Amino acid sequence: MLNLVRETVVSYAFIERNFNLVKRYLSWEILFFSYSIVNALTIGLIMVGRGTSDDVLYLVIGALVWGFLSVMMREVSDAITWERWEGTIEYTFMAPIHRITHLVGSCLFAILYGLLRTGLVLAIMPHFFGEYIDLGRANWLTMGITVAVSSLSFIGIGLMAAIFPLLSPEKGQAATGIIQSLLLLVSGIYYEIEVLPEWLQPLSWISPATYTLKSIRAAMLENASVASQAGNLLLLLIIGIVLIPVGFWVFHVGEKYAKRVGRLKRSG
Amino acid sequence: MEHPIHGLTVRGVTKDFHRTKRTHQAENPRFYQRLPQLFKREKETIRAVDNISLEVGIGEIYGILGANGSGKSTLIRCISTLLLPDAGDIHVFGDDVVKESLKVRQVMNRVSVEASFFKRLSSAENLIYAARLYGISAETAEKRARAILERLGFKAKRMNEEMENLSRGMQQKVAIARALLTSPMLLLLDEPTTGLDPKSKRDVQTFIEDIRSERNAVIVLTTHDMAEAERLCDRIAIIDKGRFIAEGTVKELIAQVPSQNGAPATLEEVFIALTGKEIGDEED
Repeated sequence: MLNLVRETVVSYAFIERNFNLVKRYLSWEILFFSYSIVNALTIGLIMVGRGTSDDVLYLVIGALVWGFLSVMMREVSDAITWERWEGTIEYTFMAPIHRITHLVGSCLFAILYGLLRTGLVLAIMPHFFGEYIDLGRANWLTMGITVAVSSLSFIGIGLMAAIFPLLSPEKGQAATGIIQSLLLLVSGIYYEIEVLPEWLQPLSWISPATYTLKSIRAAMLENASVASQAGNLLLLLIIGIVLIPVGFWVFHVGEKYAKRVGRLKRSG
Repeated sequence: MEHPIHGLTVRGVTKDFHRTKRTHQAENPRFYQRLPQLFKREKETIRAVDNISLEVGIGEIYGILGANGSGKSTLIRCISTLLLPDAGDIHVFGDDVVKESLKVRQVMNRVSVEASFFKRLSSAENLIYAARLYGISAETAEKRARAILERLGFKAKRMNEEMENLSRGMQQKVAIARALLTSPMLLLLDEPTTGLDPKSKRDVQTFIEDIRSERNAVIVLTTHDMAEAERLCDRIAIIDKGRFIAEGTVKELIAQVPSQNGAPATLEEVFIALTGKEIGDEED
């Protein structure tokens, strides 16, 4: 039986450690943050002078959600990759903690960090786009609830993505990019999912990013209320409830394999 | 028949690794000559640990002496729940390391030959992180770490320096503090002094002796340093190609090899006589 207080305290170890690492690599963080701004600008500028302010915001929301997803997935898989490179993974795996505590701690940091970075980029956007970005009509409550509910699904996907660096520190990180790219393709980040070939569209129905984007766009462009997004939020919740145990199971299978063949040690 | 509960019991543990076999190739093969090899992958099995059994009592230091690649670290990894044995079983204070892994991990810690830290974090940050994983608060961790590090001759004021700025010897002292601040009942020391300067080596060895006299812990020490094994270990096993080929106290081991020129054999001579190789040799 999990002792929730103890496990929460232990989870905090991962959040604290990762924020300490962020502080130590601050100059790199500034560089990555600048990249996120440039990326959102590049995407948004496609519609400046060609479309309405809603069209610009539509693309910027896509860029921001994509940025959040990328940061989150990368941080979750980094949690494993980094520990493999430093050689600390054996000590973390030897500690008397449930794997769920370890992974939830890493995922919580990823979500907090992703939100912080994406929030900062969003705050900067009106300074670049002027009247094209009007955040005054956004429904922040709907946005917040959407992010909170969708985070469950992204934790599940993150757990599955984290298995790649566990199995291979050299190639695993790149392999998590495959999951990201698939989400980018099918979730309507920069276009409506209806433009996808019909055979591909079923994948967009099971992608949590599809519903996250729909609700966030509705909240930012149409001031949509939480009630009006209940359908999307329920689907996100169901996907999250399914993906988290599946993610843990996949990680558990991968960890057992790594312990059987000796993959935890970097040098074989 | 009931077995008495030892601190550590290992029975018939075997661990194999499988790797792609290196096949013979012509000198400077042409591309088309190499093509078949791209698709043909023969596997070979390496037996890293071969049917090893041992028992270590509470308050005892058990040494495992072997050359590089002889299977010492693989055995330690099996005990520390990082590798699943292919055969045999391991019990720590009566608990199976595979079936009751979480319980075992609560009473165990390990120091390995590589210090393994987040190099850009300070030793204090690394130690607090490690302690939190064992449910120890930051304040308690810092207090305990400071006390251990001072005894190891590590100046406490350097605890806030990034690990990458510390020498190898200092990093290893922090690794020992990391293992001890959780008060483990089973301490696995996997070549803790390899690569240390003589002063750091002495500091660490003295500290291991102190732990033995202060705590009723079970200590397993792997090493390829004969003098260290002789100084610290109550019993020693000699490992070669994954098998224990001899086990006993230093006296018992020396008695296995006939004395030369009237003088008793040294532990190094015993090792060479039993394994047919120098301790510094690498296993295949």
